[in-house]
Amino acid sequence: MLYIFCPHCGSRSQNEFAYGGDATVKRPELNKEISDQEWDNFVYLRKSPRGKHLELWHHISGCRQWIKVERDTSTHEIFKTYKANELIE
Amino acid sequence: MSQDFRLDNIGMVNRNKKISFTFNGKKYFGYEGDTIASALIANGVHLIGRSFKYHRPRGFFGVGVDEPYAILQLERNNERDPNIRATEQEIFEGLEVKSVNCWPSVNFDIGAINNFLKMFFPAGFYYKTFMWPPSFWYKIYEPFIRMAAGFGEVSIKHDKERYEHKYEYCDLLITGSGPSGLASAYAAAKNGARVILAEDKPRYGGSLLTSDVNIGNQTGVEWSEKIITELKSMSNVIVKNRSQVFGYYDHNMLVMSERIGDHLPKTQKYLPKQRLWYIRAKEVLISSGSIERPLVFGNNDTPGVMLSSAAKEYMKVYGVLVGKKPLIFTNNDSGYETAIEFKKNGINPLILDTRKEPSSDIISEAKNLGIEIKFSHVVVAAKGYKKVKSADIAKISDNKKDLSNIENIECDCICVSGFWTPSIHLASQSGNKSEFNEKIDAFIPKKSKQNENTIGSANGKFTLEETINEAFDKGYEVSNKITENNNKVSMPTVVEKKSTEHDKFWCVPLPKGKSYKRFLDFQNDVAVTDIELALREGFRSIEHVKRYTTLGMATDQGKTSNLNGLQLVSDIENKVVPQVGHTTFRPPYTPVSIGAIVGREVGKHSKPTRKSPMHQWHEKNNAVFVDAGVWLRPRYYKQGNETLFEASKREAKNVRKNVGVCDVTTLGKIDVKGPDAAEFLNRVYTNAWLKLPVGKARYGVMLREDGIVMDDGTTTRISENHYHMTTTTAQAANVLSHLEYYLQLVWPDLNVNVVSTTEQWAGAAIAGPNSRALLMKLFPDTDVSNEGLPFMGYKEADLFGIPAKIYRISFSGELAYEVNVESDFGNFMWEKIIDVGKEFELQPYGTEALSTLRIEMGHVAGSELDGRTIPHDASLEGLVSKKKDFIGKRSLSRSAFTKPDREKIVGVVPLDKSTSIPEGSYIVKDPNAKLPNPKLGHVSASCWSVEYDNPFSLAIIKDGKKMIGQKLFAMSPLKNKTIPVEIVSSHYVDPEGKRVRA
Repeated sequence: MLYIFCPHCGSRSQNEFAYGGDATVKRPELNKEISDQEWDNFVYLRKSPRGKHLELWHHISGCRQWIKVERDTSTHEIFKTYKANELIE
Repeated sequence: MSQDFRLDNIGMVNRNKKISFTFNGKKYFGYEGDTIASALIANGVHLIGRSFKYHRPRGFFGVGVDEPYAILQLERNNERDPNIRATEQEIFEGLEVKSVNCWPSVNFDIGAINNFLKMFFPAGFYYKTFMWPPSFWYKIYEPFIRMAAGFGEVSIKHDKERYEHKYEYCDLLITGSGPSGLASAYAAAKNGARVILAEDKPRYGGSLLTSDVNIGNQTGVEWSEKIITELKSMSNVIVKNRSQVFGYYDHNMLVMSERIGDHLPKTQKYLPKQRLWYIRAKEVLISSGSIERPLVFGNNDTPGVMLSSAAKEYMKVYGVLVGKKPLIFTNNDSGYETAIEFKKNGINPLILDTRKEPSSDIISEAKNLGIEIKFSHVVVAAKGYKKVKSADIAKISDNKKDLSNIENIECDCICVSGFWTPSIHLASQSGNKSEFNEKIDAFIPKKSKQNENTIGSANGKFTLEETINEAFDKGYEVSNKITENNNKVSMPTVVEKKSTEHDKFWCVPLPKGKSYKRFLDFQNDVAVTDIELALREGFRSIEHVKRYTTLGMATDQGKTSNLNGLQLVSDIENKVVPQVGHTTFRPPYTPVSIGAIVGREVGKHSKPTRKSPMHQWHEKNNAVFVDAGVWLRPRYYKQGNETLFEASKREAKNVRKNVGVCDVTTLGKIDVKGPDAAEFLNRVYTNAWLKLPVGKARYGVMLREDGIVMDDGTTTRISENHYHMTTTTAQAANVLSHLEYYLQLVWPDLNVNVVSTTEQWAGAAIAGPNSRALLMKLFPDTDVSNEGLPFMGYKEADLFGIPAKIYRISFSGELAYEVNVESDFGNFMWEKIIDVGKEFELQPYGTEALSTLRIEMGHVAGSELDGRTIPHDASLEGLVSKKKDFIGKRSLSRSAFTKPDREKIVGVVPLDKSTSIPEGSYIVKDPNAKLPNPKLGHVSASCWSVEYDNPFSLAIIKDGKKMIGQKLFAMSPLKNKTIPVEIVSSHYVDPEGKRVRA
């Protein structure tokens, strides 16, 4: 069970969180004309990297904030966690 | 039987407390503190079971978790508990245990015939013997395998014992209370760290209990007692015995199973039987010790052959002799310690040492005691079937290949010592790679992966001085890192006997012309020949060899067999062990009961149960409940001997005719507030929201980004910047997460807040032609006329002094209102409605009637919005705005969603107007078509229409609109029914929607 540092609450066990997938996906802007391909990429296409992965977790049994977690998908090491609106270098 | 093998003046069992127990129906005595193994050995019992494959007699091999043989079935309070290790289970008054894997009895076991058929059970026999003919599988092979496989029988009755889970956090977790565990715990605790020290056995001390050493002028036992007593008195330390740390998981979380009641006749009233600890430790010190390795020789599985360290522990801890004519077979000095212990207790052992001319303190001591020693000697084969009676021994050449001077000598046990294997399981589970240490011929952890260190003999340190020094240092170092304290305890002086090097020799060659079985894995009957065969057949990877031969599998996970297996593979392949590598260690280290893993989450406790504030009223009024997610909802209110069908029909009819009331508290409710709330709803829902006036409700549908309907419900504008959203009962939590996702991550610029208010409001739906008349009586001061409170209108009103909210919305298709009050007043509201409603023929209705009403109205619900439908399929395309953008809109233009024959919701009526159509039925054109019969769609929901008094169903079928009027068939292969049907509009009742607006 992972131990995730929530930037709002502190370190909490994984069972307080729900996984939310790739955090680098950006929703196309509203009312913007885009191709089928672009839209499909946004809805369906995800990278599944081995190694560093920036992902979303939702602290559903805590502060209910969505947070971003930089995690190694093979070792499960968590490097850093960010608030939803935090800038990531 | 008297305890012929019990020693008088040695051991730690409580001689003042005699305990009786039965083994295979026969009564035996032991003492408090005995295990089943020690008590049976004291009684001279060595035949305890039969082996897995060949049904060869099985005795005791070890004294703890490593035991491969002595697996029993425990019976207590009419419960069966399989897979009990006799070496770990303590006896208690009235304990009943049975052998497994033998029939009709352990003494005469028919399965032993397998021993003579062993040519049919070579390595991989599963894959060979049972391959043909295929028709043999069900009737012959499978029943045979099922009968033969497994250790014991599990009880199928409900386990009445209580198991608990506990979460704990600490600075330092130490696994094992041997010398390294004790020393490091002491050093760390004294330096202010919060320490948990876990010991799997009942007694603390590990190897100190049995070794002849001196620490700080005290014996090992005295020193360990002193340390434990002090640790127990410290408030920053938790000390636990009978507790096995069996798994090392991510982010330094370890799981430990504590056996609280297993050694007692009956679990104590306020304590669980077992407790599972989830421990999140900042640092871990793995001090799990090491396990002695067997030596491999002919018939080395005969009862009476056991580890020499086990024989020593039976003497020193339990005061029990494993034999009176012992043969010690060793490749290192450890065997001598056991021999000396025998000698001290008046027994004359014979030592066979594979080494040529070793010399050390301990060997000299043995010589001085007059113990007979034969160097360069080996055991060729054990003799005796149910117990060792003698052994063939021989001199072995210097190159360890040739045997000479084979002679038979009498003995009643053979104590083997093939040096020590560090228990690196936990370190390995943590992610540690291991490295092969030539000096000890075993793997030790290489580099810490998580915050863990392995110490003591688990790390290949086999002298006490080294161990204690390392442990004190590590305990200080690790605690200093956490507490930043600098309190160092002084190191005690250590006195121990010096040993010399072990012999790199584990497997005795076969003498010419003999074909003794030489076993590597005792639990799975894997012999040297099986490994040879597997390699001959081309299995190279050690992981493949393991799975093909079952070496190292099953409940003991090869604790005694793995390294000898690796050694053999590398010898055959002309490699060295590190080239062969080892198989992966996975949790659990020892078997854990399913009960402990499940904990309290059984039956009704497996998930929370949510009840509405009106629940007690429903109970009192004969409601029959149904699970709706985690909610309990009244399904119908039973009158007399009514069936579900009759009751729901009565309730639904009454809504259509008079008025009904339904508890709708379970609907998800979300408060949406903020200056951008309208804009937000406009993006979330498919229809337009910017112009909804205050005091009005609107029905909305929300999609996922892939265009599939996620949920529907009404949202009401309470005030300028305040909306009250409702969701379906099932999707409430998902919708909230969905909204939070968009507000926090996608459109953080929107100034909106959302919060769940599901539990804050109690809701009652009042539906039926009499509902307005009832409302006028309930709210005499409020104008609830069609003009005052029109369809989709909203008003705040006063319900006998209680503030209430009235929403004029309808799921039943009748003139209907939903009244909400604060949860605490829910019951008050409900009773008032029931009371005032009497004169209007009001009846409460449950979810079954609710479904009937919505189905015949063609209102969609979860069975239509099933994660596969887009708005068009559910005839909701009128709600999809063409002007504005919203979540999922772009997906609706994808080709599959726009094709002309896209599925659409329709109504289905059986031609005979009497046969109900099973939900899930397929709609087909020709019931006799060749299989697979092309399906047009499926029936999503069925009811008995109370309006027309005949069955009616909703279905989602291809090109549904064009199908209306056609005669098709509903087929249910499950119910074996084919029903001729007519397709009609899904709006079966009041298609113009006049009633809701009346």
